[in-house]
Amino acid sequence: MKKKIVVVGNGMVGYKFCDKLVAKDISKQFEITVFGEEIRPAYDRVHLSEYFAGKTAEDLTMASEDWYAEKGINLILSDPIMDIDREAKTVRSHHGIVQDYDYLIMATGSAAFVPPIPGVEKEGVFVYRTIEDLDLMQNHAKKATKGAVIGGGLLGLEAAKALLDLGLKEVHVVEFASRLMPRQIDEAGSNVLKSKLETLGLTIHLNKNTQDIEGNGTISGMLFADGSRLDVDMLVISAGIKPRDEVARAVGLDVGVRGGIVVNDALQTSDPNIFAIGECALAHQMIYGLVAPGYEMAEVVATFLVGGQKEFLPYDMSTKLKLIGVDVASFGDAFIQEPNAQTIVFENSAKGVYKRINISNDGKYLLGGVLVGDADQYNMLLQNTKNKIILPADPEDLMLGSRGGESAGSGVMALLDEALICSCEAITKGAICHEIIENGITTLDGIKKCTKAGTGCGGCVPMVKDLINETMKSQGVFVRNVICEHFNYTRQEMYDLVKIKGFRTYEDVLNNLGHGDGCELCKPPVASILASLWNEMILEKGNATIQDSNDRFLANIQKNGTYSVVPRIPGGEITPDKLIVLGQVAKKYSLYTKITGGQRIDLFGAHVGDLPDIWEELVNAGFESGHAYGKSLRTVKSCVGSTWCRFGVQDAVSFAIEVEERYRGLRSPHKLKSAVSGCTRECAEAQSKDFGIIATEKGWNLYVCGNGGVKPRHAELLATDIDSATCLKYIDRFLMFYIKTAEPLTRTAPWLDKMEGGINYLTTVVVDDVLGMGETWDEEMSLLVEAYKCEWKEVVESPELRKRFTHFVNAPKLKDPNVKFEPMREMMKAGEWK
Amino acid sequence: MTLEQTITWHVACYADDIPENGGACALIEGEQVAIYNFSRRGEWYATQNLCPHRQQMALSRGMIGSTGTDSEPKVACPFHKKTFSLKTGLCLSGDAYEIKTYPVKVEDGQVFVGM
Repeated sequence: MKKKIVVVGNGMVGYKFCDKLVAKDISKQFEITVFGEEIRPAYDRVHLSEYFAGKTAEDLTMASEDWYAEKGINLILSDPIMDIDREAKTVRSHHGIVQDYDYLIMATGSAAFVPPIPGVEKEGVFVYRTIEDLDLMQNHAKKATKGAVIGGGLLGLEAAKALLDLGLKEVHVVEFASRLMPRQIDEAGSNVLKSKLETLGLTIHLNKNTQDIEGNGTISGMLFADGSRLDVDMLVISAGIKPRDEVARAVGLDVGVRGGIVVNDALQTSDPNIFAIGECALAHQMIYGLVAPGYEMAEVVATFLVGGQKEFLPYDMSTKLKLIGVDVASFGDAFIQEPNAQTIVFENSAKGVYKRINISNDGKYLLGGVLVGDADQYNMLLQNTKNKIILPADPEDLMLGSRGGESAGSGVMALLDEALICSCEAITKGAICHEIIENGITTLDGIKKCTKAGTGCGGCVPMVKDLINETMKSQGVFVRNVICEHFNYTRQEMYDLVKIKGFRTYEDVLNNLGHGDGCELCKPPVASILASLWNEMILEKGNATIQDSNDRFLANIQKNGTYSVVPRIPGGEITPDKLIVLGQVAKKYSLYTKITGGQRIDLFGAHVGDLPDIWEELVNAGFESGHAYGKSLRTVKSCVGSTWCRFGVQDAVSFAIEVEERYRGLRSPHKLKSAVSGCTRECAEAQSKDFGIIATEKGWNLYVCGNGGVKPRHAELLATDIDSATCLKYIDRFLMFYIKTAEPLTRTAPWLDKMEGGINYLTTVVVDDVLGMGETWDEEMSLLVEAYKCEWKEVVESPELRKRFTHFVNAPKLKDPNVKFEPMREMMKAGEWK
Repeated sequence: MTLEQTITWHVACYADDIPENGGACALIEGEQVAIYNFSRRGEWYATQNLCPHRQQMALSRGMIGSTGTDSEPKVACPFHKKTFSLKTGLCLSGDAYEIKTYPVKVEDGQVFVGM
């Protein structure tokens, strides 16, 4: 049985909802029915005024009726919903169609708010909302010469433009408040806008309260509260919107005092099977009267219906528009002022330009602002505000553009990749640059086609152009080492943020710090950060699937899809009994055995389904995981030291065991290797390790940041002749510093290479504690040490976790028949791959 | 819509057999099918389990995620991180490989794969 979705209303948001839902509904589980009140399918209301500038209704259509048919959507037009039976879960249309639903989506939008002024019913009085309204206006305008608009807000000024386009000789704007666009701009901005609009042929009346609409059947004039009057033969009322909540109200859904269907963060109304999106919804106690938040609402509900989870969060209401050829924009907190912020104002009344930016009191961040007459910097300023980009020394450069000399450094190229360029379609700078660089798309149209950026309100088009030009200029010079396309942070920033916010799951990290769905590039580093911070079982709390494959299966995947198992053998010391167990286990499960370079024994060729059984036997014999699969401490190699060796000066094995057991399971940006040598002959090769310890007559010398591998490096001396406790303390601090600051998959040697001041600086941090972090790190490390648990044991003891170790979920006992082995000497090896 | 009639649906497993935001493999009609529970998006996908790069039955153990402006869902093979679109099966990491994708539906807690 398909689930029935009924969408009430076919405006921009209602259409967007359909578009998103059919795209997400891969299992075709929904049957969608849409009821629209108007005679035509959803059209672009944002650009309604272009209808008078020559565009046709078809040009403005979002998607043709054929599109709905193609997607299997039952579209019923000219037939509004009159009633909802919430018990029976049915709706009834004006024409009497009764349609049942599982989920009902109210996308009824809004209507023009018409104040109760006597005479509003007269001929020649219009609202400005639908194409029908426009057709009526067009007809009437043929015989009109003097027009007025009530309302000096965004829509009112649009309507005034429409009247100019219709050829009226005189156009008045009548605003009740003391300024134009009171929601977007301040008094000074309004003044500049007013004079600019007046030069373009509008007459603006502020503080005007319309009391009566005069005329005998047809409008002939307006009378105001101050006694003045105006001769007009056409009037458009654009005094705001009122949500279309009448049906919702009638059937008892919660509505706001001033209208709007009350919804929660999931956009559910007081009836959980009924959702409301767009301008009819009252979310966070407000009506979001812009298209971008409406689209976001559509996304949230569509995601919910297919089983995902998204919330509608308070939405940025920054706007930029061109009114009668005049740019007007407001962004962020446009009205904040002293003492809560510093404001910088620029005004050029001759040119009709006014700009104001509001800056945090410490001068670091942009909080918001207003632009009139020239809004070229809008996108840049908005991005600086949203992304909390640190302001340059002369923030006025941001609003004025650089005046010669070096650029202010906050141009389009200074934006973070995550910065939203097109907020209608939620397209980031990174996404656009990706197309430019990777796919060679270098035209505006090309970018529009492949990303949809600039296809909504069009406000970002100049910025997209800038991006294309600037990116082409500087191909490939993105240097910020962000984790991936889903996180605009470096690993170090992520580490700090995750720690401060206390996030424990990838979902939390992604929801709060990133965007999108994540990928194989960001999941392992986040997994590593979570493990480094909290040392919790890595396969729980939904974190299993963010682990790199080896971590997810707590073993190392090998050539034929089987795994290798490396139990911990601290310091390389092992009893004969334990050796026998390893041999027995290897025999029982037909495993290839090899002594590793780190003084351990590796058992190869284990089927995924056998892993828990193998671990169980090993754990019962006193073994634990060796973390050979993890970016974590591998092994602490040792020579036999003073207990047997005639040259040894310290007990290297005992100390190696202590070190290994202290840091076992510690997850870090890359693998960590260590060794302890019992004398200066250095048989354990400690100087090729991330941290190596060499015995002296008086204690230990500690070396750091060495490695073997592709680019071998000798470790550098950090401290000499220290006792065991000091040695551990220094290693604690060294490791915490490394874990905190290294990029993902960076071993300690390259980490040190990038460190300004090199080993000398590192020594001041670890030994002299110049950062004053020593004690914090000591504490953090001891928490990690205490939190250690053997991961194998946890799986062995948890039926839930154990269940995940199968090749076939529907045949858990069956091994992968594709796994091939080939004989080699007395054992076998993985089948060669192609 | 018309496509649906030609699909034969096979019961694969229970929905909770597949970890959230991850995959697992089911044996269906002798074929290894990787099934992905993209719970973050409320979506399910299925592909062949075989990674065409080195012919390994491994995709079900790969990490899933998305890429690009239209959030193309993808899986990364655990062996060499070749990535494939879960929607189209095309290789997204620049090789000419392509994997089979299958329709999935979940009903009453059971996962069905159409073949």
